[in-house]
Amino acid sequence: MRNANLIIHQKPHRKLETVAAQYPKKMNLKISLQIAKTHLLTKKRQTLIAMLGVTFGIAMFIVMISVIKGVNKFLEDSALDSSPHIRIYKEITSNHPSIIEEANPLNFNIIYHQLPKNELINIKNGLQIAANIEKESAILGVSPQISSQVFFNKGPVPFSGQIAGVDVLKEDKLYDLKKRIKSGNLESLLSNSNGILMGKVLARNLNVKVGDKITVTTPTGNLKLVKIVGIFGFGIQTVDGVKCYANMSMVQEILQKDKSFVTDIHIKMKDSQAALTYAKVLKNQYGYKTQDWAEANSAFLAGDKIRNSMVIMVSLTLLVVAGFGIYNIMNMNVINKMKDIAILKATGFAGNDIVSIFLIQSIIIGILGALLGIIIGFCLSYLLSSMPFDAGDFLDIKTFPILFEPKYYGLGMIFGITTTILAGYMPARKASKIDPVAILRG
Amino acid sequence: MLNNENKRSVENETLPLGVEGLVLQATNINKYFYEPEKFQVLKNISFEANRGEFLALVGKSGCGKSTLLYILSTMDTAYDGLLFMNGERLTDRTQDQLAAFRNEHLGFVFQFHFLLPEFTVLENVMLPALKLGKYSNREIEERAYQKLKMVDMQDHALKQSAKLSGGQQQRVAIARALINDPTIIMGDEPTGNLDKKNSEVVFEIFKQIAHENNQTIIAVTHDLDFAKGSDRIIEMSDGQIISK
Repeated sequence: MRNANLIIHQKPHRKLETVAAQYPKKMNLKISLQIAKTHLLTKKRQTLIAMLGVTFGIAMFIVMISVIKGVNKFLEDSALDSSPHIRIYKEITSNHPSIIEEANPLNFNIIYHQLPKNELINIKNGLQIAANIEKESAILGVSPQISSQVFFNKGPVPFSGQIAGVDVLKEDKLYDLKKRIKSGNLESLLSNSNGILMGKVLARNLNVKVGDKITVTTPTGNLKLVKIVGIFGFGIQTVDGVKCYANMSMVQEILQKDKSFVTDIHIKMKDSQAALTYAKVLKNQYGYKTQDWAEANSAFLAGDKIRNSMVIMVSLTLLVVAGFGIYNIMNMNVINKMKDIAILKATGFAGNDIVSIFLIQSIIIGILGALLGIIIGFCLSYLLSSMPFDAGDFLDIKTFPILFEPKYYGLGMIFGITTTILAGYMPARKASKIDPVAILRG
Repeated sequence: MLNNENKRSVENETLPLGVEGLVLQATNINKYFYEPEKFQVLKNISFEANRGEFLALVGKSGCGKSTLLYILSTMDTAYDGLLFMNGERLTDRTQDQLAAFRNEHLGFVFQFHFLLPEFTVLENVMLPALKLGKYSNREIEERAYQKLKMVDMQDHALKQSAKLSGGQQQRVAIARALINDPTIIMGDEPTGNLDKKNSEVVFEIFKQIAHENNQTIIAVTHDLDFAKGSDRIIEMSDGQIISK
């Protein structure tokens, strides 16, 4: 009806556009797809080589990220496992205001060589505080303890270590101590007031086993003969090589402190992440230093971010290299096919058809390459996960820690396909801009 | 929108549809080359072609006949002047519009066959029709077979195009040029690479196309026998038409 006004002046004629518009656009993609498929199938080796670049990049990405994330998770779990979520203790520091500051606050005072006060290291009303905290619903368990550095005497050589006087049942609730017992048993501590549970590495170093007796010396010089009633292992050197558990009353006795003397409160929460904020709450509430598990294991966990960044960087590099490979191959393809492009244009294929012919080839290479990549990546990860891995006494793991998560595989596919689209687009565009006349004239 | 329509209607008056048999009109075509220096290769070329005419475009090397052909083919748009084909103005159209026009109304045969080597003979002939999308794949296959029959190549339909002889490949190229039943078939030295016998075969096919199917042929050629057998010879020299 648009043309109605002009019919007087205009001879009726069919618009050029109607021909192409009559038949749906997807027809064009179908032909492009057919041509692209034929190109790929007739040059199978070249297609395969282009694919392998992507495959390698993606496979390495999958393996690396599964391993790194696996290691990170393992370390985090270990840290969580064997540390309290929150530890409350009295910090011994020289950093407190001197009496001069309090006497002359307005003057400019200089104090040299300030020494720590000879103050008690206990948490005042520690047992009450522990009981209060335990009442909270978010708390899994609370274990107040009295701990001290001690020396273990094996013959003439003293071994340093740490003794923690605990209510062993409370400690069990926090750390599943019963499961960690390697020999002897937990309950013996309850029936033996002078008994101790010793870490397995320490026991090995001291060459003692369940039933042996050993002398313990405190920093103030007190001696005590104790009996080893059990040996435990957390799988972490810093615990198994250093720590011993004993009854709270026994430790209080050898340190010559009273029955309410408590140096640490260990807390485990139902949600480990919540501990990070709750620690601050407790510090404000009671005024003592609180340390959450992340802070306590910061050495362990420091590598996380670095490792993650490394994975991303290496993977991106691999994919960029693969992309260059594809760019090269597609460029070569276009140059080799200049005659074909010219005749296609002559017979009526539009610029976009030419672009889609080559772009589709790139995309197919990307999809197949990435698929192959994630399959190979999975197989390699699986192989690795059954490989024995001995970290010695430092960590208690038997096999390589690998994390299998579908989102990495999805990410791998997306990376691969994106790379090939980007790399294949420019040669495809170049192809569509070829001047057919120059080629057809020869 | 309105302005374009008006402009087109003015132009269209020079070639109202319905004037019997006029399939091509070129008016005052001028073209310049700029490398190595400005050189006028076509000077005020004007001519017409009728439906079913077998035209030969001849002239010495460098006279501009191939250049003219490529302008007529719609693939070269760098010219001054006007070009009408099938009653439609083609000058100043976009590349995509011209491609669509070529797809439906033109067929080409070049000195080199330009068959796609990875495809079979039948697939090569089918491609322009698949792009046009006027018929179903089944119908296109059947039509392609018919065209191959016209050039006596139907027995080789499923062979890889790269495996044929030069003469056979050129015949397949002709079948491909015919697949969409174009109004005009343009040839650039179609017998240039062929021996005498194959040249004769191609010539006969062209004659048949023109006279039996009423399709127009415009062929640039050096082949004197070929030119002599045509309906009309357009001779060029130094960028100008000296006889038509």
